Amino acid sequence: MTALALCAASPAYAATHEIAAGDGAGERLQEALILSEPGDEVVLGAGRFVLDDGLSLDVDNVTVRGAGMNATVLDFTGQKGAGEGLLVTSDKVTLRDFAVENPQGDGIKSKGADDIVYQRVRVTWTGGPKPTNGAYGIYPVESTGVLIAECEVSGASDAGIYVGQSRKITVRNSIARQNVAGIEIENSRDAIVERNMVTGNTGGILVFDLPNLPVMGGGNVLVRENLVSTNTTPNFAPKGNIVAGVPRGTGIMVMANEQVWVDNNTIVDNPTAAVMVVTYIKPFEDKRYNPYPREVVVADNQAYDNGQDPDLPGIAPVVQAFGGALPTLMWDGLQQDGDTPAVLASPEMPGWSLNLSKQGQSMAEAKPGPLSVPAYGQPWNMDGIGAPEELEARLVS
Amino acid sequence: MIRSLVFGAALVTAAVAFAASPKPAAVNDVAIAEAGLPRTLSEYGFFTDAAAQIPAVRVTPYRLNTPLWSNGAEKLRFVYVPKGTQAKADGEGLIDLPVGAALIKTFAFQKDGKRHLIETRVLLHRADGWLALPYVWNDEQTEAKLAVAGARLPVTTPAGEAIDYRVPNKNQCKECHGLNGAVIPIGPKARNLSADWLDRFADAGMIDTVPAVAHRLPVWEDRASAPAEAAARGYLDANCAHCHRPGATASNSGLDLRWEQSDPHAIGIMKHPVAAGRGAGNLLYDIVPGKPDQSILTYRMASSEAGVAMPELGKATVDRDGLAVVERWIAALPQMDAARAGH
Repeated sequence: MTALALCAASPAYAATHEIAAGDGAGERLQEALILSEPGDEVVLGAGRFVLDDGLSLDVDNVTVRGAGMNATVLDFTGQKGAGEGLLVTSDKVTLRDFAVENPQGDGIKSKGADDIVYQRVRVTWTGGPKPTNGAYGIYPVESTGVLIAECEVSGASDAGIYVGQSRKITVRNSIARQNVAGIEIENSRDAIVERNMVTGNTGGILVFDLPNLPVMGGGNVLVRENLVSTNTTPNFAPKGNIVAGVPRGTGIMVMANEQVWVDNNTIVDNPTAAVMVVTYIKPFEDKRYNPYPREVVVADNQAYDNGQDPDLPGIAPVVQAFGGALPTLMWDGLQQDGDTPAVLASPEMPGWSLNLSKQGQSMAEAKPGPLSVPAYGQPWNMDGIGAPEELEARLVS
Repeated sequence: MIRSLVFGAALVTAAVAFAASPKPAAVNDVAIAEAGLPRTLSEYGFFTDAAAQIPAVRVTPYRLNTPLWSNGAEKLRFVYVPKGTQAKADGEGLIDLPVGAALIKTFAFQKDGKRHLIETRVLLHRADGWLALPYVWNDEQTEAKLAVAGARLPVTTPAGEAIDYRVPNKNQCKECHGLNGAVIPIGPKARNLSADWLDRFADAGMIDTVPAVAHRLPVWEDRASAPAEAAARGYLDANCAHCHRPGATASNSGLDLRWEQSDPHAIGIMKHPVAAGRGAGNLLYDIVPGKPDQSILTYRMASSEAGVAMPELGKATVDRDGLAVVERWIAALPQMDAARAGH
C-alpha cells in the first residue's frame, strides 16, 4: 500500500490519477477509485488492463476516462469475483473513452448513481451472442439523470443498454448489436431514446414495465429517429429472464407503460414485427401494477420489409392471410378500459390485432384481425423528458 | 500527484510521533472517534493480546446464533462500548450502539495445526456515521495493517479447498453494509444474539435494557433439530438480506430475504428473476416450492463462478451446510401450480 492510500483530508483542488496498464493495474486502479476525491479524474492509459476482480467507484463527481473505446480496454476475461466489471454507486460520475470486455456478470452497473454520463464507452463480449455472456452491458438502475451517448454494446445475454427503475434518461447516438435486447427502458420514466443504431439483436428497442419491483409505473418515453434493422439473432437469453420471451425479429416493443411516443424511426427487416404493443402476459398479484399499455403513439415511422418470418407460434396461416408478411404494427387487442386507448396510430398505419379479450391469454387464444385504433393528436407536453442539461454539458466532442 | 506527496509526508510524521508514544493500556477512543484512518489495528488498543485475540476492558466477545458464512473462516467478534455510554435496545433488530462504539471481527483459518489470523475488520461509529475498515495480518501474526484496497491471499478452507481469499476493499465493505446510502452494522441484531449474552451485556451496563425478542434465529449448530423454515430463513437473513432488502445493494431485484419479511413472493416463492441474466441458470423462479433443483436461489448458492455465484462478495467456495438447510426448507414447501400461484 502506498502513502497515497492513507490520506484522509480533502485537498482544495482536483487531482489527476494516471493509471497505466501492466502489472498490478487492477490494484492500482481500484486504489485510485477509492482514494479519488470529488472533482478528481482517474485517467486510464492506452492498453489492455487485465483484471481478475470487479472494480467499484463510490466517490461523487469523479471522471474516469481512457484513451478511447478501442485504445483502453478493461479486460475481465479472467474475472474471479464480483457481479459486474465496474460498479458505480456515487453521483455525478462521468465515464468516457474506454472499453470493458468479457465481464463475467454485467458490464458497467451504476446503481443509485444520479446524474451519470456514459460517453464513448464500449462493452463487448468478444465471443458474440452466447447465453453464458453477462446480462447487461451498460446498466444504470435506480438513478435520476442518466445520459448514454456514443456508446457501443454487443453480446449481452439480456439487454445491451438497459436503464431500469430510473428517471430523466437519454440514450443517444449509440450502437447496440448482437444482444438479446438492444436497448431496454424498464420501469422508468421521462426517457428519450434517439438516433441509435440497433441491429442484429433478437429485439431492437424494448420499453417495458414489470410488476413486483421497487419502482414501477414506467412512461413518458420518446423513441425517435433510431435505425432499427435486421434484428434477426435467435433469442439466446437464459430462460427465466423476461427477455427470453422476446420473439426473434422484434423491432420496437412496448409492454405496459403509459405515454410512449414512437416517431420517425427507420425500422427495416425485423422478421416478426416492426412495432409491437402488448399487455404484460403473466399472472401477477401486485396491486400497484398496471399491466396495460396506455396511450402508446405509433406516429410516422419508415418501416419496410418487416414481419416476413415471424417467431410466433402457429402464425403461418396469419402470415398467409396478410399476403406473406405481417403488417407493421402488432397489438394484442387489450386495453385498460374504453376511455384509455392502448395504442394510437396514423390512420395509414398497417396493423393487426390479436384481439385477445383478457390479460394473461396466450397467442393460442388470438383471433387475428385488422387493426382499428384511434388516430393520435398533438404530442403531450414533453418538457422535462430526457437527461438534464447539466449532463449534456459534460459531453466532449 | 502533489497531494499524495504532501499527505505522504504528513503521515510519516504522524507515524513517527505515534511510535514514540507508549502503548495504550485501554481502548483508544480517539482512534475510533476522530477523523483519519488508523494505519494499524494496534492503534485502537482493542486487544491486550491481539495475536491471541484477548480483548481489552469493555471489549465484549459475542457470537451470532446464525452467522454469515465466509468460506468457512473462524470468526471472532467483539463489541466495544466506551465508558460512560450505553447501547440502546431497539426491538428485535440491530442494537443501537452509541457514537464511539466499535464492532471488531477477526477472520481466521487453520494453518499448520494452529489458528492463523487473516484479517480484522472494524466498524467504527463516528459522529458522521459508521466507517468500515479492513486490516490484514502479517504472516508473523504480530500486526495487522490497514488495506483500503483489500487484498487477495491464498488460504486453505476447513473443507480442504485451496482458495484465493478476498479481503474486501473499502467500497466492497459498503456493498454489504450500505443501507439507504449510509454504512450500518449487519450482525448484532437482538434476534440473532442469545438471551444469555444479552442478559450479561445488560448486567454489565453495556445496554440500557434487554431487548424483547419473540422469535429468535436458531443456533446454527442446532440446525438439524430446528424447524426447516426457521433454519433456512435465519440463514438467508444472515447471509443474503443485507443486500436483498429494500434500500440495500440488491434492492432492484425486488427480492427481500429478511427474517421479518412474510410475503411469500417477496422472499422469492414463484418470483421471476429481474436482472439475474445467466445467473438464472435457465430456471424460471427464485424458489419453486418442493423443488430445490428448480430454484434459482439454490442454483446460485451452489455456484462459485463469478457472475452466477451468490453472495457476490466474500464467497470463493460453496457453503454446503447452508445450501443443505435451504434445500431442506424448499423441498418441504407445499408444491403449487405456477398458474395458480399467481406469478
